[in-house]
Amino acid sequence: MSEVIVVTSGKGGVGKTTTSANVGTGLAEMGKSVVLIDADIGLRNLDVVMGLENRIVYNLVDVIEGSCRLKQALIKDKRHAGLFLMPAAQTRDKNCITPGQMIKLIDNLKTQFDYIILDCPAGIEQGFQNAIAGADHAVVVTTPEVSAIRDADRIIGLLEANEIKKIDLIINRLRSDLVRRGEMMTVEDVLDILGLPLLGIVPDDENVVIATNQGEPLVGKNSLAGQAFYNVCMRIEGKEVPFMDFGKNITIWTKVTNLFKRNLQEERV
Amino acid sequence: MSLFSIFKRKNSRQIAKDRLKILLISDRVNCSPEMMELIKNDIALVISKYMKIDTASMEIQISKTGNSGRNGKIMPVLYANIPILDLKN
Repeated sequence: MSEVIVVTSGKGGVGKTTTSANVGTGLAEMGKSVVLIDADIGLRNLDVVMGLENRIVYNLVDVIEGSCRLKQALIKDKRHAGLFLMPAAQTRDKNCITPGQMIKLIDNLKTQFDYIILDCPAGIEQGFQNAIAGADHAVVVTTPEVSAIRDADRIIGLLEANEIKKIDLIINRLRSDLVRRGEMMTVEDVLDILGLPLLGIVPDDENVVIATNQGEPLVGKNSLAGQAFYNVCMRIEGKEVPFMDFGKNITIWTKVTNLFKRNLQEERV
Repeated sequence: MSLFSIFKRKNSRQIAKDRLKILLISDRVNCSPEMMELIKNDIALVISKYMKIDTASMEIQISKTGNSGRNGKIMPVLYANIPILDLKN
């Protein structure tokens, strides 16, 4: 039984593509067969984050229009045997496919994969409708900021209106130093406002930038964000994993390490 | 005064949270203009049974800044401005 997950947010730049890449890679690392679909037609990016941009020949629109076979558009990942990417078309626009065509494509992929993960475009127009059409599980990504949470709330309303039953939340780019100072909303604040079950808390981590530069997802690697994404995958697999604790327990040790970190960052600047 | 305000100053977390709560109320109750027109017509119909009103210049709107409800949450309020032409009976 395969699961179709759409990663969405409303607002752009909150980490949909990063989340899609890391969740897909993480599930593949756990031995699952996974296909990542870039549903952002015209502004594709998942290929770059995955480091597969040089291997694209055919894309999603080619498959839908019948210009190639399904298999020809599936790019095999460099590192994980069970992981494939279906890139979006870059020179077309979002209106060239319909939700009905997406459902048909997904039904086809369901026979071959355990997980189908759709990277949704920002916005609430046609591209969004296409991306959510075949999904049975939505993961809403937000950051602890007013604008991102507002858009997430709107997206949640639209997902409910489209009868997507399972909707979870990932809070991305949480900065524990700001939370501690009372200058950023806490995880509890965001949950209180949006009222969704929590799937993951991902701290703001410079390693995400480094990983994206290298085109290599950091899930499971030795970094806070890598660990957080790994935990998200475990929860998707139905395992209970405790949430990392941010914003509390300021020990003397963290104070000292933070002091060093701050000095290092200043030196870099 | 300034010393007092240092202690009283809301941190930006609280400001963000308060702003969002108000913002989402107005976002969530955002009825379509067609629905507002239907509500308006129905209200006019009911009131017309009892008095003569000016349906042309009547206005209704959902306000964002309602009173606090029982559980302390801010509730949206429906305002209706209905000019009465003649109070019969």
